[in-house]
Amino acid sequence: MTQINRITNGQTNPDQRLEFTFDGKTFYGQGGDTLASALLANGQRLMGRSFKYHRPRGPLTAGSEEPNALVELRTGGRQEPNTRATTAELYDGLTARSQNRLGSLKFDLLSINDRLSNFLTAGFYYKTFMWPAAFWEKLYEPIIRHAAGLGSLSKIDDPDLYDKGFLHCDQLIIGAGPAGLSAALVAGRSGAQVILADEDFRMGGRLNSETFAIGDQSGADWATATVAELATMPNVRLLPRTTVIGAFDHGIFSAVERVSDHLAVPATGKPRQILWRIYAKSSLLCAGATERPIGFENNDRPGIMLASAMRTYGNRFGVATDKRVAIFTNNDDGHRTAADLHAKGVKIAAVVDTRPDAPRSGDYEVLAGAQVIDTKGRLGLTFAEVRQADGSTRTLEVGALGMSGGWNPNVHMTCHQRGRPVWNDTIAAFAPGKNLPVGMAVAGAATGAFSTAAALSTGAKAAAAQLRHLGFQPKPPRQPKTEDTPTNVTPFWYVQGCNRAWLDQQNDVTVKDVKLAHQEGFRSVEHLKRYTTLGMATDQGKTSNMGGLAIMAELAGKSIPDVGTTIFRPPYTPTSMGVLAGRSVGRDFHPTRLTPTHKWAEEQDAVFVEVGNWLRAQWFPKSGETHWRESVDREVIATRNSVGVCDVTTLGKVDVQGADAADFLNKIYCNGFAKLAVGKVRYGLMLREDGIAMDDGTAARMAEDHFVVTTTTANALPVYRHMEFVRQCLYPDMDVQLISTTEAWAQYAVAGPNSRKLLEKIVDQDISNDAFPFMACADITVCGGLRARLFRISFSGELAYEIAVPTAYGDALIRRIMDAGAEFDVTPYGTEALGVMRIEKGHAAGNELNGTTTAQNLGMGRMVSKKKDSIGSTLSEREGLNRPNDLRQIGIKPVNPADPVPAGGHLMNATGPVDAAHDQGYVTSAAYSPSLGHMIALGFLKDGANQIGERMRLVSPLTGVETEIEIASAHFIDPEGDRLRA
Amino acid sequence: MHDLKPISALGGVSDTIGTMTITENSGVALASVAARMGGEVATKKALKKLLGDVPGPGRSQQHDPEAGFWIGPDQWMIGAPMDTHELLADQLKTLLGDAASVTEQSGAWVVFDVVGAALPDMMERLCAAPVRTMVAGDTQRTVIHHLSCFVIRQNGADHVRILGPRASAGSLHHALIGAAHSVA
Repeated sequence: MTQINRITNGQTNPDQRLEFTFDGKTFYGQGGDTLASALLANGQRLMGRSFKYHRPRGPLTAGSEEPNALVELRTGGRQEPNTRATTAELYDGLTARSQNRLGSLKFDLLSINDRLSNFLTAGFYYKTFMWPAAFWEKLYEPIIRHAAGLGSLSKIDDPDLYDKGFLHCDQLIIGAGPAGLSAALVAGRSGAQVILADEDFRMGGRLNSETFAIGDQSGADWATATVAELATMPNVRLLPRTTVIGAFDHGIFSAVERVSDHLAVPATGKPRQILWRIYAKSSLLCAGATERPIGFENNDRPGIMLASAMRTYGNRFGVATDKRVAIFTNNDDGHRTAADLHAKGVKIAAVVDTRPDAPRSGDYEVLAGAQVIDTKGRLGLTFAEVRQADGSTRTLEVGALGMSGGWNPNVHMTCHQRGRPVWNDTIAAFAPGKNLPVGMAVAGAATGAFSTAAALSTGAKAAAAQLRHLGFQPKPPRQPKTEDTPTNVTPFWYVQGCNRAWLDQQNDVTVKDVKLAHQEGFRSVEHLKRYTTLGMATDQGKTSNMGGLAIMAELAGKSIPDVGTTIFRPPYTPTSMGVLAGRSVGRDFHPTRLTPTHKWAEEQDAVFVEVGNWLRAQWFPKSGETHWRESVDREVIATRNSVGVCDVTTLGKVDVQGADAADFLNKIYCNGFAKLAVGKVRYGLMLREDGIAMDDGTAARMAEDHFVVTTTTANALPVYRHMEFVRQCLYPDMDVQLISTTEAWAQYAVAGPNSRKLLEKIVDQDISNDAFPFMACADITVCGGLRARLFRISFSGELAYEIAVPTAYGDALIRRIMDAGAEFDVTPYGTEALGVMRIEKGHAAGNELNGTTTAQNLGMGRMVSKKKDSIGSTLSEREGLNRPNDLRQIGIKPVNPADPVPAGGHLMNATGPVDAAHDQGYVTSAAYSPSLGHMIALGFLKDGANQIGERMRLVSPLTGVETEIEIASAHFIDPEGDRLRA
Repeated sequence: MHDLKPISALGGVSDTIGTMTITENSGVALASVAARMGGEVATKKALKKLLGDVPGPGRSQQHDPEAGFWIGPDQWMIGAPMDTHELLADQLKTLLGDAASVTEQSGAWVVFDVVGAALPDMMERLCAAPVRTMVAGDTQRTVIHHLSCFVIRQNGADHVRILGPRASAGSLHHALIGAAHSVA
């Protein structure tokens, strides 16, 4: 297809012919085109269907504020819905499709909705689908969901990479239009570290869209020359294709750089996009302004667009939207479009100016005091009906109509921290208020100073002021002579009497909808937004909000500033989920932590389980074992009969040293530690300030002034943080030093009746029961001299030790243990067997220390020392935590050994109702005990200590389980502890 | 003399991507030093003698054979060649006595040397440390791929040393390699 609307003197490159497809049809564009400009060049005004009524739509704008021309780009895993054709940079081979249609773009079956518009007004969901209630979930919602939405997802993984990055600068300049470029020149020449970011792939902003000169150059040439000069400055970083999307605390901004969106496939190893976090000592917002449309009947047909966009297509892209156009304006700026297009040979049917004193701007007709009151054209504009000043009507035959309702400064970034814009009567728009984010200034059109001269001078001055504040000595240059036209606008928001006049083209919100919302009592602008959906979705109301506010003001008899604006929130433009995730996707979603035995465990075909970031061996299947239970049962039995070994490196380890180390532990543990002898370990329970159990573990006294504290795996970090808080904030006068050594030591549990015999082959010192009794600890050496630590502690209930060596030797030690233990059939065991054995022994773990339980509940009430003050001890004595029938940890076994005892089930009396009011307790941990031959469980039961031997029901109504159980001691195995002292 | 063979987290892996070379440095012994209450002056005096100077916040003292960097108020991490200083913690404890608490840290960390012309570009894809403006000796604790790391600007103009948690050496290495490819 030929580019029938391509005219000369654009800034695209006719020598670079780019082939692309839209809805399967092949088109050609030029280097420097956007998808929208290339389609318009080819006479394709129709680019999409509207959200609700499926009205045919073309581009309203030529920028990121676009509500209509949303398309799907690319295919397969790279398919991206809801992409604005007005910002999509054209490349050779681009594949684009229209979206939100049933059938073809021209014959969308869902355009029937437009005929049903009387039923689909604001709030129609809430009014229409009230009855019958059951229909909502089964009928209405599926239908609406099917019809609603815009683009589609391919549901294929995105194959591309996304980076995150961090930048630092003295000055961040947001926007590279005349104000931003002028500011960057001053900043760059001052030697400051400068970042200049612009969302466009070509810097220059409106300078590329206008025809007036700066000095003796065109604005576009001046921009090109300025960017070239900035590019030579090592202290200036130019970020084209980069949208600053949010202003956050302390001068931090986020920005998305579209590194590869203009390429079919990113270069190998290179990201598609980068999410930058920018730390800026100062920021200068030069975000420009956005033109406003005007509300009139059927103002949404393809071919009707902002007058400034029409000028951009003409001047920058060399595209006439149509050969015959009209302009509808309330201000002088609209006349510029007519003049520019006229100069390019486009026929101007008329300039329809609402002002009776409209100026003449060229050799074409100006209809002063007139209004466009309706349009015609099924898939695109064909006629515009005008009501003239004398009341007569006249029809203009045009294919394009430019609307100019004045300009809104882009104040968004000034409001991201709850700043509010202020009304400026001169421009009839909101301008930045005084309450800006820290370190921010605003320049150019974003302040409401719309002339090019004002942009250049305010940019330079604002940059210089900020830089002086930072200690630089900038020298603002003499500004070249350029356009300095004053703003001349008479507010005109919509044509009186119109109904289906679109305010928000993206969400299909009309003047009528706003009136209806007001009629139904929605007075707050935030309520208006949510009831009508005005200003939602991908464009966030950049072209629509002001129209809605103006009508609200009129209906409420208020001024627009009294109505106020909705809250501006990041991101400024739509941001892909991929770039928010960065590299943290799939298996890299979070980092993993590998234990010192990981490589060895892989060699043993271990099955791993994620425990936080750790990967721990869950069990070690042997050939012939077909079910995990076989492996786990074998590991438990082997450990209880001979010896097993388990990597327990993941338990938190905190090195506690200092003259007051013992006193410090006395504070953080509820039981006493001051008198613990050197060379001994003690079990300790930590309470929170509120008396609830926080964590348990052991503390080993390696020397008078040195303890090694262990924590549970899950609480390693929270406990260390708690200990640091206690050290730094509660007891800063104690001489105690803390540091985590969790990863510094490889630590293995060696458990079972043959554990001593095994370790005697490795440990260089005497570890007989006399020399190294239960709860002993010592610095030792192994294998002829390697420094190590030995603790005689037991989680399994067996004669057991934990042995630790520096991490680098962890791999060697596990191999040595396995070699030395071969004669005892030493068996590695994983976290499942570990869990089974601790349940058999009745040891509490995370399921029992669940943030709601006290020492009393855990059966450890007497551990809370009354002889000292420790964290949580006072509040643990609260009446509410010490009632006679409080929950108490108990053991549970099925009356019929074959019955299941599921964790999470609740305990009910043997007879009576099964409901929350009769709940007696709950099951926290359950396992099959190979030692006992049936399932066992731990749980909490009201007055549990006095219920041993009682029969009850364990129920799980959700899973349909009801089992008769017997309450037992939690210590199923070796309740007297003979084994571990052997 | 024992016969157990130590291994490093990643076996001393070294990769060159574009101008960047990323090498696991398994030859660093580490120990933390925290001055005890009342022992601050004595600790600093001993460290000054050992290192030539006592690094303040955000700084490291690059010195041979022992070097060190600040990790908190009156706390430092001391490093030295593993070949000669495997028992660095014991050696420091002998030097400092009751003036300071010393803890062996060699096994807790993986050490990467990152060298190459694209260093600032690569580092800005990894962490918020302002590597571009950091000078030799500048040291920052920062987050790389969710992991708490130390980034130390070395004497070489295009060299940083990164200390990260050893158990996550593989994840950290993967992040470094990815960033190197991004800027290659």
